[in-house]
Amino acid sequence: MELVTPAIGLVFWMIVTFAIIFLILKKFAWKPILGMIKEREDGIEKALQSAEQARKDMHLLQSNNEKILAEARAEKDAMLKEARDTKDAIINEAKTRAKVEADRMVAQAREAINTEKLAAITELKAQVATLSIDIAEKILKEQLSSEEKQKTLTSNLVKEVTLN
Amino acid sequence: MSYTTSLLSKKTRIIALFITVLSFSTFKSFAYEPNEDSLKKAAAVATTETEKKEGFNAGKLITEHIGDAHEWHLWGEGEHAVAIPLPVIIYNKKTGLDIFMSSKLEDGEVYKGYKLVENKIVEAEEGLVGVTDEVENVATGNTNNIIDLSITKNVTSLLISAFLLLWIFLSVAKTYKNRVGQAPKGLQSFVEPLVIFVRDDVAKTSIGPKYEKFMPYLLTVFFFIFINNLMGLVPLFPGGANLTGNIAVCAVLACFTLLIIFANSNAHYWRHIFAMPGVPVWVLIILTPIELLGVVLRPFVLMIRLFANITAGHIIALAFFSLIFIFGEMSTGAGFGVAVLSVAFTVFMGFLELLVAFLQAYVFTLLSAMYFGAAIEEGHHAHEEHHAHEGAHSAAQIDMV
Repeated sequence: MELVTPAIGLVFWMIVTFAIIFLILKKFAWKPILGMIKEREDGIEKALQSAEQARKDMHLLQSNNEKILAEARAEKDAMLKEARDTKDAIINEAKTRAKVEADRMVAQAREAINTEKLAAITELKAQVATLSIDIAEKILKEQLSSEEKQKTLTSNLVKEVTLN
Repeated sequence: MSYTTSLLSKKTRIIALFITVLSFSTFKSFAYEPNEDSLKKAAAVATTETEKKEGFNAGKLITEHIGDAHEWHLWGEGEHAVAIPLPVIIYNKKTGLDIFMSSKLEDGEVYKGYKLVENKIVEAEEGLVGVTDEVENVATGNTNNIIDLSITKNVTSLLISAFLLLWIFLSVAKTYKNRVGQAPKGLQSFVEPLVIFVRDDVAKTSIGPKYEKFMPYLLTVFFFIFINNLMGLVPLFPGGANLTGNIAVCAVLACFTLLIIFANSNAHYWRHIFAMPGVPVWVLIILTPIELLGVVLRPFVLMIRLFANITAGHIIALAFFSLIFIFGEMSTGAGFGVAVLSVAFTVFMGFLELLVAFLQAYVFTLLSAMYFGAAIEEGHHAHEEHHAHEGAHSAAQIDMV
């Protein structure tokens, strides 16, 4: 029975000692220990979160890089295409212009040739006329060199006229 | 490769530690042996058969060990006994306060009108002074006028463990302050998992989001019980007292839990005790007394569980050792034969007690936390039932141990 009868002295000392331990540990041990553990856990949590964030950022950066690269590639392609187009356009234009110029020059040349030809023909005509006159003069001079001839001619002319 | 070697050596060291602790407990039982002289002779070296002493009394040995005492008995018996005298503090309603060392009361001597009878201080009645034969009369002697506030063996053990607790946790707190943001080191790394265990697995799960308020009490109770349980397993001087297996200590702890429940209980808690919602009035007539009884019964069971588990552990270990001497009295050979079995069983019990030391600290803390959780809970009923169920479940599990 004595075993299950609480001794008053031990109860008293237990209350006093436990209360003192509790108060001292509460203030000077549990508060800092729990605080520090929580702080460390928060720190670890934060570090993990920031690592995750960094990973995400990295990922984002990587995809951004890829995007930029793709854009650059596309831009390069576009520029090349544009350059090619420009080149083609320039060539085509040059060709057209050259053709037009050539046509114009040909036309001009043809005109010039025509003009020259006409001039040459005119001159030729004039010369032929001169020559013809000269020849006619010489022939006339030849034919009319004698009296008889002059008379024959006149008679022929008269004959002709009369006949008419 | 070196990593495995160091791991192995660590393991070996731990095992060595266990063996040391357990072998101490072996010595303890020898040391507490009341009739050590004759029994040692019977069990060990048979020298002279001239001295024939009274028979071995296992019941007395065990009761003496698990009970309290006014001196701290170290070893030896009778005139050869070596014990540390402890201060006796007595408040006498007639003559006031008396303080003296327990050595003054040795061997049934009377000092200042006090006398030690079966570890209890009584007022020596006039006619009986110096009469040692009439123990019966003295045992019924007068204790009505005195309040015994002596620093007994258990109080000494309590004070030693108090200093141990303060030393451990104040130094750990200092380490925390000096090593902000760094990994735990030394004692800190031993304490931290336990602190986190109490916080996460006991307080957070049982109390809920308001757990922080109860953490200092739960941690103090947990480590107080744990360290005292362990010290109870160490048989030599600083340990060996059966402190957590003392009903007074368990009662005070349970009362603290009850006080904290009362201090924090809300209207919801009391409404469920006095008038359980949704229960017809005629049932309430039966239910309310039961619930009211339950309020007191819970801490009472806390007290009994801790007391019984720890005391039982000590009794079993001592009983196994007593077997050696009981058989030793019959014949020396039987004593040796039983010794082998007893030591083996006690080693096994020692391991079990190490587990129980932790388990009982855990259970006391867990159930306290559950009662706190129920006391501060707002809201629905089903949850509370869940808590109560969980508590009963754990208690049942532990009782099996």
